[in-house]
Amino acid sequence: MTSKQHTAEHGTQLEQVNGFTNPGLPEHTPRLTDISPAAERTTERQIAGWFILSMIGTIWFIVSYFLFAPDETMASIQLQNMMFGLGATLALFGIGVGLVLWGKTLVSGTEVAEDRHPIEGNEEDQAVALEILNQAKDESGIARRPLLRNTLIAAVAIAPLPAILVFRDLGPLPGDKMFTTLWGPGVRLCQDPGGVPREDRFIRAEDVTIGSAVHVIPEGMHESEHPLDEKAKAAVLLMRIDPKELNTDPAKEDWGVDGIVAYSKICTHVGCPVALYEHQTHHLLCPCHQSTFDVTNHCEVIFGPAKRPLPQLPIAVDSEGYLVAQRDFPEPVGPTFWEINTRETSEQ
Amino acid sequence: MKLLAERRRHPMALVVLLLLGLLLTGGAYAVFTGNSSASAQEYTASDVEEGEKLFVTNCATCHGMSAEGTENGPSLVGVGAAAVDFQVGTGRMPLQMSGPQAQVKEPQFNEEETSQLAAYVASLGPGPAVPEDEYLDTSQGDAAAGGGLFRTNCAMCHNVVGSGGALTRGKYAPNLSEVSEKHLYEAMQTGPQNMPIFNDANLTPEQKRDVITYVREISETPSPGGAKLGSLGPVAEGLFVWFFGLAAVIGMTVWLSARPK
Repeated sequence: MTSKQHTAEHGTQLEQVNGFTNPGLPEHTPRLTDISPAAERTTERQIAGWFILSMIGTIWFIVSYFLFAPDETMASIQLQNMMFGLGATLALFGIGVGLVLWGKTLVSGTEVAEDRHPIEGNEEDQAVALEILNQAKDESGIARRPLLRNTLIAAVAIAPLPAILVFRDLGPLPGDKMFTTLWGPGVRLCQDPGGVPREDRFIRAEDVTIGSAVHVIPEGMHESEHPLDEKAKAAVLLMRIDPKELNTDPAKEDWGVDGIVAYSKICTHVGCPVALYEHQTHHLLCPCHQSTFDVTNHCEVIFGPAKRPLPQLPIAVDSEGYLVAQRDFPEPVGPTFWEINTRETSEQ
Repeated sequence: MKLLAERRRHPMALVVLLLLGLLLTGGAYAVFTGNSSASAQEYTASDVEEGEKLFVTNCATCHGMSAEGTENGPSLVGVGAAAVDFQVGTGRMPLQMSGPQAQVKEPQFNEEETSQLAAYVASLGPGPAVPEDEYLDTSQGDAAAGGGLFRTNCAMCHNVVGSGGALTRGKYAPNLSEVSEKHLYEAMQTGPQNMPIFNDANLTPEQKRDVITYVREISETPSPGGAKLGSLGPVAEGLFVWFFGLAAVIGMTVWLSARPK
């Protein structure tokens, strides 16, 4: 006790800097538990109470394991989980609160200051360390044996080379994967029933009534090597709008069929599926960052962080009345990437 | 049989066969593609008459005296009985006030009046009828298939468990857990407000039933992980942690560092 009090005093005796006086530690005031034996006993019982509460929690956990054994229903699992949580919370919280209370009220409350020791070692330690290093240099003979030294340096230098091979396996570069999808001339539009369907459900133009929104995947998607990867690029939303409401770009006059238009469902911001279609306002909203596209104006961005309009899939009707793609998307779908302008998309 | 065998090389046989074939396929086509949700309910002339009276006194201000539509309300010719049953049955119509979208409230008409209004509007032009009970029976539906369809067609607006979500400029997709099977079906069929229409070619009546089964299943299943907080995902959970979790942490910190008296 006395040695610590000594350090405490030492800590207060700092030099005066910039006119501020170190106020030192505040005067020690005894706590209620220090002066009143009755309060001390009460607190002791309180702390023991918290520990007992913790025990009750632990026992409650064990009891509820048997008492609330779940049957087939979700509700019974929910009930048991809740009882487990209650027990575990009491068990841990009781121990924690009890310990903190103990530390705050019963453990000695005298204020103590401890000085930090200086960061640098003393001269003696420094001399010893230097000696060890010199000894290592002499005994290993690294200065006298340049062959060993140089081969060691070379060995260390080339050791990371295998990493090049390993990292190379992250490739190969995507090639034209970013620029192409499964859509192509004559590929029929199929309904998306979720996941990877085993058979295609083609769509007749007449079945897409005004106000409809149909989620579309390309024909034969399930036969490709990675159907879900292909779906992630080729997903399309098909909508039919009264042709009078569409402001069609003359250059894209024949990209729709009598008001039926198809747009990529992959947001040009970070690639979320844009499919919140409002059939009266013709707004398409992306749920992730609220980018909003105007379907009547070739899906130009009217709000939000997206920078490019959604790519439009040019569609037509084949001889059997089914909707087909005229060709692949004229521009890459999804978020913009560094190489997006490196190639001209072919007009097929 | 003998007669048939004798005549089968007759010059007219081909024509007869062709006619028979055409009739058969045509008939079968009509049977199979006939609007499967057509008139589940037969309306009488008096229903239409009563409906017209109700319409003129309650709806004509906005929709026009003969439902032809005005500046304030769309034409109702061809919207069908399903649209009326949904809009009036859920209390959305008559509209309480103009705003981003029609609000759900206590229905203003009883079932009979609603059906009379539906009869009148259905008499104005062909449109989707009130669905047959067969397609509302969730015991016949496939919740798993419905889940796939729901996640593809509905979840982006209505949330993956149908809790609803925000749209643009004050509009929103409502929570589906309390919506009746019939109204769920009619909403898909008619596309109320800004909701797209899912006609029978897009989602067949059986698929609509699967979707309804999924919505029922998901809204009746309790969450084993604890309170759902409205199943709204990170928004509700984040708010809870922000206000209650952080408050608890701050409270504990203050208590830990406070001097005991």
